[in-house]
Amino acid sequence: MDKEIMTGMYRNMCKIRRFEEKVSELFAAGRIPGFVHVYIGEEAVAVGACSALMKNDYITSTHRGHGHCIAKGGDLKSMMAELFGRRTGYCKGKGGSMHIADIDLGILGANGIVAAGIPIAVGAALSAKLRGSDQVALSFFGDGASNRSTFHEGINLAAVWKLPVIFLCENNLYAQTTPAWAETAVEDIADRAVAYSIPGKIVDGNDVVAVYETVEEAVKRAREGGGPTLIECKTYRWRGHWEGDPQRYRDQGEVEEWMKKCPIQRFAIHLMKKGIHTEEELKEIDDAVKNEVDEAIQFAEKSPLPDPEEALEDIYASTGRQVT
Amino acid sequence: MDREITFGDAVIEALQEEMRRDPSVYLAGECIQVSYDRSPLLEEFGPERVRDTPISETAIIASSLGAAVTGMRPVAHIMFTDFLCCCMDEIVNQVAKIRYMFGGKANPHLVIRVQSAGGGRSAAAQHAQSLESWFIHVPGLRVVFPSTPYDAKGLMKTAIRSDDPVMFFEHNQLRRIKGLVPEEEYTIPLGDADLKREGKDVTVFAYGYLLHAALSAAESLKKEGVDVEVIDPRTLSPLDKDAIFKSVKKTGRLVTVEEGAKTGGVGAEISALVADEVFDYIDAPIKRVAALNTPLPMSPPLEKFVLPNESKIIEAVKTIV
Repeated sequence: MDKEIMTGMYRNMCKIRRFEEKVSELFAAGRIPGFVHVYIGEEAVAVGACSALMKNDYITSTHRGHGHCIAKGGDLKSMMAELFGRRTGYCKGKGGSMHIADIDLGILGANGIVAAGIPIAVGAALSAKLRGSDQVALSFFGDGASNRSTFHEGINLAAVWKLPVIFLCENNLYAQTTPAWAETAVEDIADRAVAYSIPGKIVDGNDVVAVYETVEEAVKRAREGGGPTLIECKTYRWRGHWEGDPQRYRDQGEVEEWMKKCPIQRFAIHLMKKGIHTEEELKEIDDAVKNEVDEAIQFAEKSPLPDPEEALEDIYASTGRQVT
Repeated sequence: MDREITFGDAVIEALQEEMRRDPSVYLAGECIQVSYDRSPLLEEFGPERVRDTPISETAIIASSLGAAVTGMRPVAHIMFTDFLCCCMDEIVNQVAKIRYMFGGKANPHLVIRVQSAGGGRSAAAQHAQSLESWFIHVPGLRVVFPSTPYDAKGLMKTAIRSDDPVMFFEHNQLRRIKGLVPEEEYTIPLGDADLKREGKDVTVFAYGYLLHAALSAAESLKKEGVDVEVIDPRTLSPLDKDAIFKSVKKTGRLVTVEEGAKTGGVGAEISALVADEVFDYIDAPIKRVAALNTPLPMSPPLEKFVLPNESKIIEAVKTIV
């Protein structure tokens, strides 16, 4: 793998981690309103997957979407300002954490409804095909989402139409508070690919290189007209389902075991062992990222709140403002 | 030059013209290739643009949304109004909200074509409902409900060109009715009501299939010396309030007509608007003609009892003139 890609992946993983640590702190301090779900522990999935995509490829994301957005090139300032509900945010303060989108970067939105992004990505892939473009779409979703009807309808449609789409399941072992064994009869979500006659792959979701390579292969297949692939990344979220979650459904010992498998630490060791970066260089990357996150917070804090009347804008295209 | 064509053919013409005009327009839905195989659409545009889908209402709407925000203009077909219930998340939480949630940066330009709306043919409780009032309650959606071939064609063309998502309801009893439609290109703006009959004594607000019942009722009432004005909103969102208010100010009396259940219906909203904004002009109670608050029964005498019709409109008018 190209050194530049690997450096970029390390930087983006750090960016997600530092961004989310700050979001968690700011939320606890009451400085971010609304609902927030952070991505700490799952960085290798978003970064490995998005690094295998082109800039104009599409993704659909989830309620736990900050990582996907950063990995696809999202702007930290616009993201943070959105979390703060500021006019300068990605959605002018109308969306917040669960609805960040950047259509120009192919980010078709986080989504507050579990599994809703799956068939939306299918439509983006259909659009690419009808327009004669070689773009692909990748949909991120969780293990819990794989039990919703949209998972079935979306993958089936993509499979019968042989669309260029990658279904990427982040199996973090919990659907909100319900453990995977209690919500899903199969051990591996990837087994469900058989039902759609498409390839199903299982990857160590804490190994960014493995995620990258698996997604790269699926993307190649999709671009060549081979149709969709279902990829299951086994991973774990370190934080609760939501910020403030008392996490009565799991043992702290289990969390600590997974923290030992930190995807960033693991990739750092890989980069040092291969002689790609020294420890000092990696620290420099991390420090630069911390500064970038701090700048994003300052930007958000200094940005104006929207005027109340702005609530009436962006409902319709035709008038801009609401009409009855 | 005007020709007489059916409502169904008028819609097909609209689709054909827009598909010729704009390569980003495509159709998707259940079993639509068969329904279009005697129309020019499948032959002219092929299966890539006239797409049969699995029985997956959720995927039909969501994939159309994904295609729309990435540059296409899909016409998503839903067979019956009742089946909209299978994709309510996609319509209400995704399609309607995406522009707003994303701060105006997404253009969900898709049409949701409801091919069979309404009852009247013993189709029972899951194939005959009128649920359009649900969708006027959801900011972000446009709701169109034409009553004539002319309106259907002009409004479908506008709906496809609109950057907003449009719910386009076609009443099952209208498909074969005929009307004059120009051969020349035309469109009808959304939010432009049509005065279908002028009168001075009472305003009847009606749309879709029941617009024709209202017109027949007006003819019958004329014989009894009651001069009825019939206003067809054509689109329920945006709603041409000014045209409704203008008519009510003239007649001082209002009867609303719709096929859906009365409670929480379109008539409730129209009555509230009139009471709120032009109360001083009203000389009599506002009457709502609507279905009884029951699921739709199958047996003909039961269905007839529940649904509104011409005689129920006449009865309502007589109570206030």
